[in-house]
Amino acid sequence: MAEIVLDKVSKRYPDGALAVQEVNLEIADGEFIILVGPSGCGKSTTLNMIAGLEDITEGELRIGGQRVNEKAPKDRDIAMVFQSYALYPHMTVKENMAFPLRLAKVDNATVERKVSEAAEILDLTQHLERKPSNLSGGQRQRVAMGRAIVRNPKAFLMDEPLSNLDAKLRVQMRTSVSRLQKQLGTTTVYVTHDQTEAMTLGDRVVVMRGGVVQQIGAPQFLYEHPANLFVAGFIGSPSMNFVPATLENGSLRSVLGDCTLTDRVRQLVEGADAPREVIMGIRPEHFEDAALVDAAVLAAGGKFTSQVDVLESMGSDKYAYFNLTGEQAASAELQELAADAGSDDVPGDGISLVTRLSSASGAVEGASADIWFDADKVQLFDPSSGRNLTYTER
Amino acid sequence: MAGIGGAETTGKRVGWGLLNAVVVIYALFPVLWIVSLSFKSSKTLADGNFIPREWSFENYQNIFSTTEFTRALINSIGIALIATAIAVVFGTMAAYAIARLDFPGKNLLVGVSLLIAMFPQVSLVSPLFEIERSLGLFDTWPGLILPYITFALPLAIYTLSAFFREIPWELEKAAKMDGATPGQAFRRVIAPLAAPGVFTTAILVFIFCWNDFLFAISLTSTEQSRTVPVALSFFTGSSQFEDPAGSIAAAAVVITIPIILFVLFFQRRIVAGLTSGAVKG
Ligand SMILES: Nc1ncnc2c1ncn2[C@@H]1O[C@H](COP(=O)(O)OP(=O)(O)O)[C@@H](O)[C@H]1O
Ligand SMILES: [Mg+2]
Repeated sequence: MAEIVLDKVSKRYPDGALAVQEVNLEIADGEFIILVGPSGCGKSTTLNMIAGLEDITEGELRIGGQRVNEKAPKDRDIAMVFQSYALYPHMTVKENMAFPLRLAKVDNATVERKVSEAAEILDLTQHLERKPSNLSGGQRQRVAMGRAIVRNPKAFLMDEPLSNLDAKLRVQMRTSVSRLQKQLGTTTVYVTHDQTEAMTLGDRVVVMRGGVVQQIGAPQFLYEHPANLFVAGFIGSPSMNFVPATLENGSLRSVLGDCTLTDRVRQLVEGADAPREVIMGIRPEHFEDAALVDAAVLAAGGKFTSQVDVLESMGSDKYAYFNLTGEQAASAELQELAADAGSDDVPGDGISLVTRLSSASGAVEGASADIWFDADKVQLFDPSSGRNLTYTER
Repeated sequence: MAGIGGAETTGKRVGWGLLNAVVVIYALFPVLWIVSLSFKSSKTLADGNFIPREWSFENYQNIFSTTEFTRALINSIGIALIATAIAVVFGTMAAYAIARLDFPGKNLLVGVSLLIAMFPQVSLVSPLFEIERSLGLFDTWPGLILPYITFALPLAIYTLSAFFREIPWELEKAAKMDGATPGQAFRRVIAPLAAPGVFTTAILVFIFCWNDFLFAISLTSTEQSRTVPVALSFFTGSSQFEDPAGSIAAAAVVITIPIILFVLFFQRRIVAGLTSGAVKG
């Protein structure tokens, strides 16, 4: 029915701020796509341009093959769910959901049928006569969804629809949003600043930073093959560890101990024309208690010994936190990520490291532990450009 | 605060009740006095009794027996309603623009309207008198409606823009996404939500126009456009030697009635509007 194509779309606000820069994006019919990034990166602006609530400064937007730049929102046949839900306070739940149909001059019987169908799907049947002010946050959120689905639009746009809910409800609603989208099969663009929502919901994820698209891909692909430091640090929770490192004829020197690059990594690094000083990135799950690793495997990685700062046992595995002496990896991207996470003002020099060890590990809080990491899983980044030197499509 | 016992609470309540009673009596006493005066006959007018010894409708009959008062009543109602309607309509548009749009000169507009509201009206009376004389507006309805609108508009813009700012912008966007034209979005979403503000403003503006004396006495000269507050000041008794106090009292009672009706009529809607509920979760 409706694929959405953004062709070099840019947005400059009247005050001169360039909020979105040359976004190219092809959204297939029925696809569930997520726009994710820290606050202020231009997600809402992009969504509002698709909706028609903001003018497109440059570039072209096509819906179902047709240029719609100049079309008013009402002529684009798109429904939107707002962060504040934007329910009409003077109308009942039923009137709220029926509003788009009434505007479209649908006959009464059809309105009744569609509203009760939507209410059924969203479990709102017993609340139809109530006013929004008498509903809980989760119910309001569902009414907003209901108002969007009643008229079978070409696409749904959702701007942080779950961010006003408390954590538990958010998880619950996340699954129902996902189920609803599968059930209806409607093209959906979903904006969030929460990487967990991005990872769990979408078919594809678009990571944005400062109005520029950083990478587009399936969640798992972004996790395993981030194109740059920003994506690597943004996707994943707990996030990837970053440590400054030096490349020296095929080996990698850092506070995590020296290790020999595997052939795969070395080829990639050579192909990428890497500088000597790099930032090494490694995810928590690629560490292991050295005592639990086979001698043969042990050689194919690096090893360091340090005191366990904090140990959290999750039952299935253990998270060990370390604080290593040394310079923190420095780059604009990492600073921005830290600022977005609100951790930029947490005091602490030295490198903090998160590792996930198997539950059999004998690591004890406050005691020293031998930790091994998998050299083949290491990702290397250029500190100046943030580019992933070990990036590969596979 | 755990130390406050039942006795103290009761004491507090009685204290507050007394205070309220004092305030209410203080505020209403002159009004009741006027009502009482209006029901006294001319003989008992000055007897100093609070409750009339003999009730009489003489004063009411008197004021309605000549055109002097009825004509003024019609003038007052007509002028105040027209000025209110125009001020509220233009005030709504201006306030909506101020609350919603960023346009060059917005702050200037707000500043100028503040300036007008603060301008002492007395200093405008003589120039207005001269201007209206030369334009032929003197002693006509428009001659009063125009200055009323001038002073009521800033008031209207202020109260209304406060109300418009309270209405979340996103509601209008949501209406647009739901398929509404800008006109439909305003009529079906914004206007119902702004209604309490519009009614509040209408009441304030109406009362301002209704009570004005300064413009009314300076810019009118005959029954043709004289409003009630002015007509009252021209009351003489039915004969030259009679005290007009009774008639004035009756007229004063009559002219408070439209205000009370106006407020009661709109108050329901104000309450209904204010309880219609919030938006955010
Ligand atoms: N109406 C506006 N006028 C000027 N600048 C704006 C406006 N709306 C947003 N911006 C700017 O555009 C950038 C992107 O904003 P937005 O799309 O809302 O970000 P996000 O939704 O990702 O948090 C921000 O820097 C913001 O300050
Ligand atoms: Mg946003």
